[in-house]
Amino acid sequence: MSAVETKSEREEGWNRPPVIEPGGEGELLEVAMGPHHPSTHGVFRMDVALDGERVIRLKPVFGYLHRNHEKIAEGAAYLASMPYTDRLDYFCSLTNNWAYALAVEKLVGQEVPERAEYIRVILAELTRIQNHASTIGFLLQEMGASGTPLMYAFREREKILDLFESLTGSRMMCNYMRFGGCRVDVSVSWLDATRKVVSGLPAFADEFEALLSSNEILMARCQGIGVLKPELAVNASVSGPMLRGSGVNYDIRKVDRYGVYDRFKFRVPLGDHGDIYDRYMVRVLEMRESIRILEQALKDIPPGPIMDPKSKIRGFRPKPGEAYGRIEAPKGELGFYLISDGGPNPYRYRVRPPSLINLTVLEDMCLGHNVADVVLIFGSVDIVLGEVDR
Amino acid sequence: MLGEGILKGMAETAKNFAGSFVSAERLTTVEYPEQRIPTAENARVFPILLYDGGDWEAGLRCVACQICEKECPPKCIYIEKSKDKKPDYVGKAQFYPTRFDIDISVCMSCQICVEVCPFEAIKMDTQFELATDDRFGGLLLDRHELAKSNEYYHSIHPTEATEVDARLAEEKAKVEAKAKAAAEAAAAKAAAPPTAPKPAEGGD
Repeated sequence: MSAVETKSEREEGWNRPPVIEPGGEGELLEVAMGPHHPSTHGVFRMDVALDGERVIRLKPVFGYLHRNHEKIAEGAAYLASMPYTDRLDYFCSLTNNWAYALAVEKLVGQEVPERAEYIRVILAELTRIQNHASTIGFLLQEMGASGTPLMYAFREREKILDLFESLTGSRMMCNYMRFGGCRVDVSVSWLDATRKVVSGLPAFADEFEALLSSNEILMARCQGIGVLKPELAVNASVSGPMLRGSGVNYDIRKVDRYGVYDRFKFRVPLGDHGDIYDRYMVRVLEMRESIRILEQALKDIPPGPIMDPKSKIRGFRPKPGEAYGRIEAPKGELGFYLISDGGPNPYRYRVRPPSLINLTVLEDMCLGHNVADVVLIFGSVDIVLGEVDR
Repeated sequence: MLGEGILKGMAETAKNFAGSFVSAERLTTVEYPEQRIPTAENARVFPILLYDGGDWEAGLRCVACQICEKECPPKCIYIEKSKDKKPDYVGKAQFYPTRFDIDISVCMSCQICVEVCPFEAIKMDTQFELATDDRFGGLLLDRHELAKSNEYYHSIHPTEATEVDARLAEEKAKVEAKAKAAAEAAAAKAAAPPTAPKPAEGGD
């Protein structure tokens, strides 16, 4: 779907019969929420048909932030796409780097040294914590708690971003991972600083939960709202905390065991009802599990090289072939599909973005709820428009 | 009891509010222009060109090999190669850039130019206060604006700069040893017609 619709597409969207029957006697009200609506996390439009306050039809319109990521990558060298992947989901640039590096490593059959794998796990779990904390903050912001929970989340995120900056040089656009390893080694002082931050995280999770989990307003607004059935979630290939919030036990860290995730003990939190509250709770518990993984990884990180000695920066030409690398990004399954024809740039480069695919079930979750709940349900999906539109 | 959760949350907020008066840990913001948080040592903003010695034009390390221009993902570097050559830090005659522009309105601070540069000539700056009222000319930096001394590099990235200096000194020593060996070999071959010491080899 593109931002510029053809006339027939638009008419089809507008004149589609309502998915659920309007109950009242008045006319339907058709509202375009977005693309500049403050709750849409960027530029995104929802064409909503309302019967009074009830949503009876919803059509998401993507494409306002399309930046031609895939086509640019097909014209650029393999390494030159690495900084562009930072800009997909700009909250979690390190997991994007990892997914892309994993795909290229599969394509050329490269091994990653053990130390680099541990560094990747540490950075990915730090990314997960800061992403989930800010997602919950934004969700509460949309609920009307204007600022306070978000500030708590950002206070913690700031510490993690400081770690990213002192290691990779940038707070958000890290561009850190390379095919066959990582760009720079972590120092002893950086590991100590990370241990200090991680030791403070359980207290943050406790504080966050004391602030929110038993809050009556949050419970009233979230419980039983935006239910996503597990069958629909699986059929729509929803992934990440959305899927686990519906009670489907599927975590790529457990299923694929990429990297060194098979060495860590952690549990996969699952929801029961599939409503907004379950998704919130899954994120909070995932933060706690990430802290456990971080503690183990920081304890066992081995010495050694951080780059595969065979890897080279210039003149990188993989043999013809194809590969799909996927990881459990904070938002869901992030995959990169690459086809090489032996040249210096990929013949085909495809991103499987979790945000976009999780958004496709938006209508099913919103039907029958009030407009104010649509904002919340949308917030609980956890999207970044940079990744949706690419 | 209804409202218990809200009261618990308010207690957390009150704790943080009161704590911000006594604990520096809870006071997380600074008054920006007056107070500053020091930048991390690894921080990167936009590229700079390094030069050795006092004269920026003569000491420029860049040899206009144009690798960074080719590898730059958003293609924001423009280089024109010189016709003549000048000696570099080991004394080998090299080309130099007559024009070296970086459009920092296009640059995305990815540091790939730094990684691919074989001459340690391009590095990242930490200066981020670059606002200008000239959208086009003010953000297109030429080689004079980009040139920064090695001392400046030491002041912003001390650890990295020391490593780079050591690497360059080692390379220079290697080249000198090679030149010396070549000269000695030439001297030893007294019977043969005397030849000048072979020019040092380094880079491509």
